[in-house]
Amino acid sequence: MTNVAQKLNVGQVARLQAEEAQSFSPFRVALRRFLKHRMAVVGTIIITFILLFVIGGAFFTTETQGNKTNIMNKEKAPTSESPFGTDLVGRDVFTRMIWGGQISIAIGIVSVVISISVGTLVGVVSGYFGGWVDSLLSRITEALLAIPVLILLLVLSTVLSQSSVKTTILGRELSSTVVIIILLIGFTSWMTLARIVRAQVLSLKEQEFVMAARAIGVTDQHMILQHLLPNLIAPIVVTATLGIGTAIITEAYLSFLGFGVQPPTATWGNILTGAQDKIDRVWWLWAAPGFFIVLTVLAINFIGDGLRDALDPRSIR
Amino acid sequence: MTRYIIRRLLQAIPLLIVVNIMVFGILKLAGDPFAYLATDPNVSEADRARFRRSLGLDDPLPLQFVHWYIGDDWYQRDLDFDDVPETYGERLGFLRGDLGESIRYRRPVSEVVAEFMPNTLILGTSALLMTIVLGTALGIFSALRQYSFADNLITGLSFLTFSMPIFLVALLGVLFFSLTLRGLGLPYLPTGGMYDPRGDRSIDELLVRLILPTFSIAAIGIARYARFVRASMLEVINSDYVRTARSKGLAERRINFLHAFKNASIPLITLIAIDIPFIFSGAVVTETIFSWPGMGRLFIESLGVLDPPILLTFTLITAVAVIFFQLFADIVYAWVDPRIRYR
Repeated sequence: MTNVAQKLNVGQVARLQAEEAQSFSPFRVALRRFLKHRMAVVGTIIITFILLFVIGGAFFTTETQGNKTNIMNKEKAPTSESPFGTDLVGRDVFTRMIWGGQISIAIGIVSVVISISVGTLVGVVSGYFGGWVDSLLSRITEALLAIPVLILLLVLSTVLSQSSVKTTILGRELSSTVVIIILLIGFTSWMTLARIVRAQVLSLKEQEFVMAARAIGVTDQHMILQHLLPNLIAPIVVTATLGIGTAIITEAYLSFLGFGVQPPTATWGNILTGAQDKIDRVWWLWAAPGFFIVLTVLAINFIGDGLRDALDPRSIR
Repeated sequence: MTRYIIRRLLQAIPLLIVVNIMVFGILKLAGDPFAYLATDPNVSEADRARFRRSLGLDDPLPLQFVHWYIGDDWYQRDLDFDDVPETYGERLGFLRGDLGESIRYRRPVSEVVAEFMPNTLILGTSALLMTIVLGTALGIFSALRQYSFADNLITGLSFLTFSMPIFLVALLGVLFFSLTLRGLGLPYLPTGGMYDPRGDRSIDELLVRLILPTFSIAAIGIARYARFVRASMLEVINSDYVRTARSKGLAERRINFLHAFKNASIPLITLIAIDIPFIFSGAVVTETIFSWPGMGRLFIESLGVLDPPILLTFTLITAVAVIFFQLFADIVYAWVDPRIRYR
């Protein structure tokens, strides 16, 4: 099983093995385990290439180019100068894949930062302080979990992204719906992590090191930041990684149904819009974004799987 | 146990009210469902105002919420604009079995839901059954042949499938089994709606039209179940009591299904309980792609025209289903696993 991983990383693995005798820091142990996880390494390589495509591609194309419509040149099959063909209004799909990919991945990452922060905060506060705070936060969590996320998102985005105005973020002119979709996905996907963290904190609270810390009189803040959070790293990192993939797919669902990021800003999800009725004739319109979405999410799932194994102290490799 | 169930049911009530308030608030923010009438030359401004008022859209927000629950037949509104309230409302409210009237369909919500719900139940049930049967079968098969070619293939395909958005699965299904087959002049699977408008609405026709949407919904579920059952089977197969059964010389088939799978299937209950509510809420994406006249489509269309009575009922049904089947799972869990005790 590990042969390929070793071949791929002969240098790293050998170095790690050499250092093994001296160093056993948790980070190194986790890194070594991760590198031994074949699929996780493959996933990392795939993600690297995708990032190279969406970031590197930006040096050779401009977003204006990707948003330029040309009715005379619509629904053109892939050629050497436009490798992914053109869409229903004649925009170049290749260029849109580059600039849309940045948005899709950014939506994934930023919304996960939000959901991880909220989830961890709610979970820690709920589990650590208990009492009415816990009851209140748990009820809110349960209420949000009682409506399927997609339904909740669709209702919210009807309200919030009716009007698409242009805003400038990091020097780039974007549809304001990008920000709204990020916030929506972020604030509707923290509940599972909050539950995991809360359960974890409840069990950590009963352990001796917490009692010892309390005995020497550490403050709540110190206790949470120095003693509890480090023990929560594993579930947080794994949830965050897998969450990026889920967020990218969620954005694609919303955009596909017409409730996502609005034009002119491209995302992998909304490039697909309109392809539905012509899937056999304009196949490149769904093949390119479909391929990139699946590949990215697949790679992220591999990495998440590898991280889960690497960070789980019970798994022996 | 009875006390536990009663307590859980009582806890569900405030939860449902919170869900309801959330949805109600969000929909009010969404704006005026009659905005489109403003551009209709046949409707005068005065008519529009009276119409809005008669439906209670001018009432204070908390009152609108109360009306949804207990009705407004005790509440007078000023419909002739002389500042003297004189007309009683007509709604009985949710607690008296009246879910309101759909703005889009101009019919009672209960009637509209009763029309769409069966279609969603047919599709949802067939998809869930297929998910459970195929997912479990693949999972067991995979676990019993750990690290074989077949196992690796199933694991690989599972990973691929649950990295896919449903619409991609559905579009690929339509492309291969409908368009390509039709292009080749072969028999192909129909894709639009439950029945052919010119057909005889027979059960055969329905079954054929069920195939593609069912598979589209089930594909991702099958992958999830297969992974889950595989992991859970492997854990049990390597446990002491299975080794004991094997060393006693029991037949392999008997060990795998009677001893191992029985225990490995316990965590499956949670997975199924999470999925059952989706039978009621419908598959929004799949129903849209295949023009399936179910709850998911009703939801999307009602969202497009901001039809609050339908949307409130829809989210309430979903939330009730989620909460009920969560409780159901907990009870079944305790029943099949005597080590679990609730107080």
